[in-house]
Amino acid sequence: MTATDKPKAPGLLDGKFSPTRPLAVSGNLFAFALDVIRALPKRPFQIREFIQQTWFVASVTILPTALVAIPFGAIIALQLGSLTRQLGAQSFTGAASVLAVLREASPIVTALLIAGAGGSAICADLGARKIRDEIDAMEVLGISPIQRLVVPRVLAAMLVAVLLNGLVSVVGTAGGYFFNVVLQGGTPGAYLASFSALAQIEDFWASETKALIFGLIAGIVASYKGLNAGGGPKGVGDAVNQSVVITFILLFAVNLVLTAIYFQLVPPKGQ
Amino acid sequence: MGVAVEVSGLTKSFGSQNIWSDVTLTLPPGEISVLLGPSGTGKSVFLKSLVGLLKPEKGSIVISDTDIVTCGEHKLYEIRKLFGVLFQDGALFGSMNLFDNIAFPLREHTTKSESEVKSIVLEKMDMVGLQGAEGKLPGEISGGMRKRAGLARALVLDPEIILFDEPDSGLDPVRVAYLNQLIVDLNAQIDATFLIVTHDIGTARTVPDNLGLLFRRNLVMFGPREQLLTSQEPVVRQFLNGRREGPIGMSEEKDVAQVEAEIAALEARGGDSHNGVGPKGASGGEAVPPQLTPTEGLPERRGERRRQERVARMLHEFDETTQAAIRKSLPEHLLAQSDAGAFQPTRGAGGRHWAPEPDATPMGSTATAVLPRQDGEG
Ligand SMILES: Nc1ncnc2c1ncn2[C@@H]1O[C@H](COP(=O)(O)OP(=O)(O)O)[C@@H](O)[C@H]1O
Ligand SMILES: [Mg+2]
Repeated sequence: MTATDKPKAPGLLDGKFSPTRPLAVSGNLFAFALDVIRALPKRPFQIREFIQQTWFVASVTILPTALVAIPFGAIIALQLGSLTRQLGAQSFTGAASVLAVLREASPIVTALLIAGAGGSAICADLGARKIRDEIDAMEVLGISPIQRLVVPRVLAAMLVAVLLNGLVSVVGTAGGYFFNVVLQGGTPGAYLASFSALAQIEDFWASETKALIFGLIAGIVASYKGLNAGGGPKGVGDAVNQSVVITFILLFAVNLVLTAIYFQLVPPKGQ
Repeated sequence: MGVAVEVSGLTKSFGSQNIWSDVTLTLPPGEISVLLGPSGTGKSVFLKSLVGLLKPEKGSIVISDTDIVTCGEHKLYEIRKLFGVLFQDGALFGSMNLFDNIAFPLREHTTKSESEVKSIVLEKMDMVGLQGAEGKLPGEISGGMRKRAGLARALVLDPEIILFDEPDSGLDPVRVAYLNQLIVDLNAQIDATFLIVTHDIGTARTVPDNLGLLFRRNLVMFGPREQLLTSQEPVVRQFLNGRREGPIGMSEEKDVAQVEAEIAALEARGGDSHNGVGPKGASGGEAVPPQLTPTEGLPERRGERRRQERVARMLHEFDETTQAAIRKSLPEHLLAQSDAGAFQPTRGAGGRHWAPEPDATPMGSTATAVLPRQDGEG
């Protein structure tokens, strides 16, 4: 009688708390990233999917980014306005606020939005396809989901991140100007004149490079989590949640490293 | 003619959770096989393993002389071209209309002109009864239509093996009957190897040539439909009769004493026959209902012909009731040949038996303990 057999039933923890699990997970993510990079040059390039995805990611990120960038620029302006007054360096308010927005504020805002809005949308979309077996169906039909779906999404996330970064720089600086000049009674002339006293064009390029890398990471993590979603609709929700958290952590860490490298490579102005 | 799929000793786990182990069966070319099993026994996992979407840890799956468990990416890609898969709920691409969905494999893998693509797509849509729905999006149509469309997409590259994941789930009984007829008709037309995974007993009783049951991480039995339909194995009886009494519990396995008490109570009430017609097409008793035949006007199923000879060759390996049931399905001349002992048990590629070699049988495995051929061959 088969009822007497005692086959191994699934355990409570099931290896979930194994000490090597984080290693295995990061290994898989890294392997996935390599697969994506290998698939980048493969023809035919999915130009339509790329345009659609760029439009899609842009449409879910642009408005929130602008709305976040204005108060961000304002906060920086307010802080710097009072700080420079205390130091007696009011003439540098404009310079410092441009520098702060360009170097840190815009990459951080871009990271938040590209992970929180863009990445989560990509992850939810791919996760929904995964649990509907669309991804498996595609693979059985002999089509690589990485080339077909992931590559256009990652490229779209990179392009949009670069655009967002530009947007944040402009909106943030404008917001800073508005708050400094209109609300704190700064002089427009001094603000504008000191614009390029500290900031240089390298700051802008560095900031765009960061954004490009943030887009790459956000796209890859979101796609990875989406394609590995499992266990029904709840699994997709979990995947989205994890994708956002992981992307945040990665982006902030990478931001630190990139900033450190930048200061090694590019001497500050006036030295 | 379809190709055979030879699975032996297959074992799959996710982490430390074993899904099933030591699954051995052969899908004979061009025949329809049904794999039954309670929900969550890993039927979908089995199908995904067959197409190489999941990698089992042990065992082999041999298709056209290639073991897809161990073969490389490139080879796997080639073998996959033999497959058409109907996923649960169709797995249509949500952003494309039905026409584009069905045309998708053709556009990706062939250099056919758009007019050729169109004629093939319309032909397949006609085959599955979806005329006029080309422009619809998957979200706008019913579950039954989505399955049909998924089937049409699986058919466009003329597969040799078609896998169906619960084609009958979520459909009303009438639609299930139509879909089952469609499956039999398709088999007659394209003569591919079919594997249907389901827990619908009506389908299991009327559609397949071969029947198997997955339960408790094992393949309990796999063989000609008559073997399972007449089986006395408690799990098989319970499943095919759709009743509570027996080893299959709600979520966990039951202990032996409880199972025996339940069966005794059932017998006291008059056994399975008193239950009448159960849920999901379960009929009482051990009836072997007639198999569905292709719609009139279609060619007869070549797979059925081959199966008759295959079964006749191993007729004497089955027990009495199974033999009696099989005899009813065989033509005179094959029966005469079989009874005269004209058949040698065949081990050739085409007629390979579905069960493992006796000496390769692991001890104590319920999967093989009930196979009557164990004594017949050696
Ligand atoms: N990719 C996966 N990762 C981990 N566990 C899985 C995966 N796919 C399926 N499972 C588990 O395998 C078991 C069998 O699933 P499934 O094949 O879908 O059952 P069935 O189709 O017979 O209802 C379930 O317990 C499920 O949780
Ligand atoms: Mg399933």
